[in-house]
Amino acid sequence: MINRVVKNAEEALEGLTDNMTLMVGGFGLCGIPENSIAALVKKGVKGLTCISNNAGVDDFGLGLLLQTKQIKKMISSYVGENAEFERQMLSGELEVELVPQGTLATRCMMAGYGIPFFPTPAGVGTEVAIGKETKMVTFNGETKEYLIEKAFEADFAIVKAWKGDTAGNLIFKSTARNFNQPMSMAGKITVAEVEELVEVGELNPDHIHTPGIYIHRIFKGENYEKRIEQITVRKKG
Amino acid sequence: MLDKNGIAKRIAREVKDGMYVNLGIGIPTLVANYIPDGINVVLQSENGILGMGPFPWEGEEDADLINAGKQTVTLLKGSSIFDSAMSFGMIRSQKVNLTILGAMEVSETGDIANWKIPGKMVKGMGGAMDLVASAKNIIVAMQHVNKAGESKLLTKCDLPLTGIRCVKKIVTELAVLDILKEGGFRLLERAPGVSIEEIKNATAGKLIIDGEIPEMTL
Repeated sequence: MINRVVKNAEEALEGLTDNMTLMVGGFGLCGIPENSIAALVKKGVKGLTCISNNAGVDDFGLGLLLQTKQIKKMISSYVGENAEFERQMLSGELEVELVPQGTLATRCMMAGYGIPFFPTPAGVGTEVAIGKETKMVTFNGETKEYLIEKAFEADFAIVKAWKGDTAGNLIFKSTARNFNQPMSMAGKITVAEVEELVEVGELNPDHIHTPGIYIHRIFKGENYEKRIEQITVRKKG
Repeated sequence: MLDKNGIAKRIAREVKDGMYVNLGIGIPTLVANYIPDGINVVLQSENGILGMGPFPWEGEEDADLINAGKQTVTLLKGSSIFDSAMSFGMIRSQKVNLTILGAMEVSETGDIANWKIPGKMVKGMGGAMDLVASAKNIIVAMQHVNKAGESKLLTKCDLPLTGIRCVKKIVTELAVLDILKEGGFRLLERAPGVSIEEIKNATAGKLIIDGEIPEMTL
């Protein structure tokens, strides 16, 4: 088996330089690649374009890279939880492209499927459609307008999985699968950090969510904080 | 007049046995509390859950298990987990039967605006544009008028649109209305104690009143 293991986040991000485009997995703070984000801060690369559903919070997730002004542009569907983000956006320091969530996920997925563009009805008749090619299509007996959306081209895709093996096969846990799965198929270089790194043969091939062919570098992450944005509970009794 | 829970309670009656339902943030989330016993529905959360359950018991919350509002949740028996691309695949292919969401404005042709106010910080559309562009059945839960007392049921939306010609039904604190194919808000029910006159005054778009309008039962 081909061995995809690297020592740590630093080694996994080798070759990641200023002005590159990155995909960063997670939904809110759920399933974000914590070790890689910390390594990006340490590395100090600047002018990054980040494709990520959200932009973290002020002191965690991609918020850390905003604080250090390493991000030039965010491509996201929802960015509401971050004051520093708001400040940089309003002052014009940070460029923001808002993309409907399903379009964002599919643009990642299509990169992994080798499909350069796809039609979607999301955003037709809205400002999302401005400047985009459209096409009338009859599908399932219904004729409607579709926007032509392009697959993303990312220099690096950085994801977090629950378990991975040395060949790069990945299994995600619960809703931390979110954008991590489509992004894990989508980078020119794809980096996966995992909570548990096991030898080949230990994962059931039937349970693999992303085959190792898509993963270039895998490492075992450490000290996951797994912060929860909104703890909502029922009280007993 | 209905309060938020009243609106949620009335919408819960639109939820039929066997439906897969996506609930937006705000009043729509409350609908889950009023689905009658014996009605089996599956709640979809667009970050990747079918069969979403209630909030976890204190101390049992799991950072890896959240809903689209980023709140900790649980899974019911028979639930499934999937990635974000598949999640919107089942929305786009109309497997999700009913979408319930909030709105800032709805037009008499079914256009909806609910994601952006010019001049204010824009947070993003999240999954709303995907949901409204594809869902077969969309019910809007909202207040009939905004905080300034202006109608939110308009001839044409003023705010940036989320989707066009998509809303089928609206439930407000005053009324239940559907949107006719040829355009217009058709009044179906009045909230308890609300007169037709009050609904007329609160509706800026074309209001269609056909015959006797019953008071809703909850």
